[in-house]
Amino acid sequence: MAIIHVDGKQYEVDGGDNLLHACLSLGLDIPYFCWHPELGSVGACRQCAVKAYRDANDKQGRIVMSCMTPSTDGTYISIGDEESKAFRASVVEWLMTNHPHDCPVCEEGGHCHLQDMTVMTGHATRRYRFTKRTHQNQYLGPFINHEMNRCISCYRCTRYYKDYAGGTDLGVYGTASNVYFGRETDGILESEFSGNLTEVCPTGVFTDKTHGDRYNRKWDMQFAPSICQGCAVGCNTSPGERYGEIRRIENRYNGAVNHYFLCDRGRFGYGFVNRKDRPRQPLVKRDGSFVALPPDEAVLHAANLLKSAKRVIGIGSPRASLEANFALRTLVGAENFFDGHSAAEGKLVQKAAKILSEGHVRIPSLRVIEQADAAFVLGEDVTNTAPRIALALRQTARGRQTTLARDKHIAEWQAAALADIGQHEKNPLYVASVDATRIDDIAAQTYRAAPEDIARLGFAVAHAIDATAPAVSGLDEASTALVKTIADGLLAADKPLVVSGTGTGLESVIDAAANVVRALQAKGKHVELSLVVPEVNSMGLALMQAAGLDQALEALKSGAADAVVVVENDLYRRAGKALVDAALKNAKVVVADHQMTDTAQQAEVVLSAASFAEGDGTVVNNEGRAQRYFQVYDATYYDPKVTIREAWYWLNDLRAQYSNVASEWKHFDDVSIACEQALPQLNGMVKAAPNAQFRMHGLKVAREPHRYSGRTAMRANISVHEPRASQDADTALAFSMEGHHGTEAGDRPSALIPFAWAPGWNSPQSWNKFQDEVGGHLRGGDAGVRLFEPQAHAAVKTYFDAIPAAFTAKAGEWRTVNLHHIFGGEELSARAAPVAERAPKPYVGLNPADADSLGIGANMLIDVALAGSAVRLPLRLLPTLPRGTVGLPLGVEGMAYAEAGATIKLSRVNAA
Amino acid sequence: MKDFFAKLVAIFIGIYTNLRSMVMVASHTFRKRDTIQYPEVKPYVPPRYRGRIVLTRDPDGEERCVACNLCAAACPVGCISLQKAEQDDGRWYPEFFRINFSRCIFCGLCEEACPTNAIQLTPDFELGEYRRQDLVYEKEHLLISGTGKYPDYNFYRIAGLSIAGKPKGAAKNEAKPVDVKSLLP
Ligand code: SF4
Ligand code: SF4
Ligand code: SF4
Ligand code: SF4
Ligand code: FES
Repeated sequence: MAIIHVDGKQYEVDGGDNLLHACLSLGLDIPYFCWHPELGSVGACRQCAVKAYRDANDKQGRIVMSCMTPSTDGTYISIGDEESKAFRASVVEWLMTNHPHDCPVCEEGGHCHLQDMTVMTGHATRRYRFTKRTHQNQYLGPFINHEMNRCISCYRCTRYYKDYAGGTDLGVYGTASNVYFGRETDGILESEFSGNLTEVCPTGVFTDKTHGDRYNRKWDMQFAPSICQGCAVGCNTSPGERYGEIRRIENRYNGAVNHYFLCDRGRFGYGFVNRKDRPRQPLVKRDGSFVALPPDEAVLHAANLLKSAKRVIGIGSPRASLEANFALRTLVGAENFFDGHSAAEGKLVQKAAKILSEGHVRIPSLRVIEQADAAFVLGEDVTNTAPRIALALRQTARGRQTTLARDKHIAEWQAAALADIGQHEKNPLYVASVDATRIDDIAAQTYRAAPEDIARLGFAVAHAIDATAPAVSGLDEASTALVKTIADGLLAADKPLVVSGTGTGLESVIDAAANVVRALQAKGKHVELSLVVPEVNSMGLALMQAAGLDQALEALKSGAADAVVVVENDLYRRAGKALVDAALKNAKVVVADHQMTDTAQQAEVVLSAASFAEGDGTVVNNEGRAQRYFQVYDATYYDPKVTIREAWYWLNDLRAQYSNVASEWKHFDDVSIACEQALPQLNGMVKAAPNAQFRMHGLKVAREPHRYSGRTAMRANISVHEPRASQDADTALAFSMEGHHGTEAGDRPSALIPFAWAPGWNSPQSWNKFQDEVGGHLRGGDAGVRLFEPQAHAAVKTYFDAIPAAFTAKAGEWRTVNLHHIFGGEELSARAAPVAERAPKPYVGLNPADADSLGIGANMLIDVALAGSAVRLPLRLLPTLPRGTVGLPLGVEGMAYAEAGATIKLSRVNAA
Repeated sequence: MKDFFAKLVAIFIGIYTNLRSMVMVASHTFRKRDTIQYPEVKPYVPPRYRGRIVLTRDPDGEERCVACNLCAAACPVGCISLQKAEQDDGRWYPEFFRINFSRCIFCGLCEEACPTNAIQLTPDFELGEYRRQDLVYEKEHLLISGTGKYPDYNFYRIAGLSIAGKPKGAAKNEAKPVDVKSLLP
């Protein structure tokens, strides 16, 4: 604690921060560019100048950069002092000498930190009469637009991209006032986290290209607090809508989860919401093709269909909300409700859920992952299965710098000093994976092997840590040495972390990870276990403990069940085509989904369900955090024909007709509460966000910024008579610019902040105004509720002991392994055009030596016998793939369903 | 007695003022008229009168509006709505541009906000329609072929964004693009 004096007032601050950080946290405005709470200070822009005084009697003072000055006890500064004000005005004027006259045609305009700071410093007129320097732009891929003229050389982009995100292909070139921030040559930015440049760059140099074609100013979009649907991390997002389309995904700050950053799948993968081929009205099949029906008729039709069946089953989905899954479970009955993962994956996810929910282990949020000082990644290719965790692990490795600096009494925010002290020192990261991963560059040790061997490595590490853990026999010398290194590394750490998950498709990998954690616990270590599960609500669905999909398909195939209701799920991604075809062939199929999937094509009734953008829902992320996403816009506002409803709503109506009961749930809260009551393991999910009755000073929270334009014209082409604004009976948010906007203390609960804005702060930097401390947590606590918390001293003493046999390659036989892809590997985002552009085409991966043995080379075609069907795919040579395994890109468009761990045959296609 | 005289004076004053008014009113018969026979006779409206809104073109005949949305944001009744789109050469333009004149209060704030001089209010005030829906003007109703009140201004000659025929470095007051491979300061 320290007392600082700012403009004659006395404040109590945490003396460890720099003055800029401290003042911003106090709510005082100092303009700045190069400082960022996650990137620290470098003092490059000179914008944050304030006057510092020796003591209370010093009247003269001197100008210092507040971001480079510690807020030590007894500091006297002035922000409002005339000299420092003039200094700051000059700095911004100099920065603007070369700035193009671009605001009207700049995608940053309206949420531009440079605009905000220019207004804050009062610079309004250009005096500089000479020429402006200009730059050529680069093509940076389908995600990011580049307009170098707008650069103010703050170096935030390269500091984020290289230092923070570990990218290698964005740099700074040139010299003096000619410096250039870009790639060596035009080309796609390689980092999976490049999208954060659009928020990190305080100007319009890097902007969201996916938004560019259908661009709107930030003030013109309707936002809602939302949850990314891209993976199980559940990053918080602010999707913006205009004219009935989602236009952009912005990061929504959550101090425990994603804080300032998203991955590119999450940021740029929203396009599936806007697809023209979505079912927007309920559809009924007549003579082999779909016709739209009014909702009541469609529901009646579906109900009659189900009534004519002798047993109706329901298949849930890991990409549907808890409420949707629960409504399905209620419709068909718990015994007829099945898990929507593939059978194999479902088992793994339930295993992971069991391990985490028993309360024996600590589960880290992303923030806690960043604070670990050693990490063991067992089998999971996090960059591709839970991308944001990979970015967090980079901070785990980088954390070493902070530790070293602390020993030398250097403040954490001294970014340049930290880098100097750290050099190449990193906290140890041990990465065991099937193929090379994108975090291998920061790994102290890597180990690439078939999943069985990865599990064995894990078991062996556990044994090396605690001898009572089951031992692994038959490890080779190199592996034994590696086991010792990893065990020693984890034991030496204060806060070791184990990351694993369902990605390898092998249960014993998860067992092994749990063993390592239990062994470390046995040694009294404060260890955390993060288990990655595949999809946004995988954890939530697993907690519902439904029987596996194989049983559902078997029941349909055998005729034990003759009708099935599928919610937001494409079964062809979950089981072999032959099996799904056979299951659906004789069954009456009702599908509620927001995409026209292959399964929906087979249905007799398709109920036009809401995506995350048109409905509310609760999902549980991989750490067991229940989070609520809210409807962003009302699709009927622009097109009254559209009948999009949340799946739970359709199923509730369907149940009323089918079971002849009164419709039980009127509002979202009703089904949420019913779900929590029926499933005690979900206890707490209702508290993920305030209910629909919540009001701020009697007001709902506005989804639209107060400058939202065009209210009396946006729909005037349909009718000049404006309808009443859409009403939202389900939540405490309003489809309106009217409502609560406040940012002062006691403001909106974090789960109800649709977008970041504060007076004078239009850019994402306005999150400053919502945080207890800049870069810390949101005031009033971060959004979301943890459904399971570790119980103190509850470590289990028992170990898993199903150690698999070592993998041995057999001639002519290949073990399938999952290869994950951030772009294209996830169903929904792959339906967004920019992501599809980055997605791989179907392929099979083989080790070059194995390819040689088959007598084939790169890109040549191979016949692959998969789940009963033969497919022909081009070969990709993967030098780091273990011999004897064949890598199949999981879930990529055009790839047939393939089970990991299957033994298949490959044959070279002979030239005809 | 005093009362009686006071009353008499009041009566005379009353008669006088009535007569005076009658004379004054009658005198208008011989004066120049203030009213005009609208619509046969059109009134004079100054060039800067704030009537029907138009979208103008730059001196090269290109659409001036860059779809920046500032007019829409400035509009106090929210009667402007538009959507940005981009030409192949990078030029921004409105895919649609709609003004609901049944809401417009002709305050001129849109014109004041417009950074390109595209949107301008004109002296045409005759906007009466039988159907309110007909007061919704789309871009084809708004866009004129001329430059309106500002004959010279061309935003793209000043802006840094490059468009066809104006590469980087060719705008007003711009230096040639930097060669990043050069080490000269
Ligand atoms: S970066 Fe900001 S200040 Fe510069 S042109 Fe864009 S909006 Fe304007
Ligand atoms: S590109 Fe943006 S982040 Fe990078 S130096 Fe320029 S202004 Fe700063
Ligand atoms: S890490 Fe997962 S949840 Fe986060 S933005 Fe990426 S896809 Fe979305
Ligand atoms: S302010 Fe001018 S340039 Fe911008 S959208 Fe309106 S008319 Fe177009
Ligand atoms: S923020 Fe302090 S010098 Fe840039």
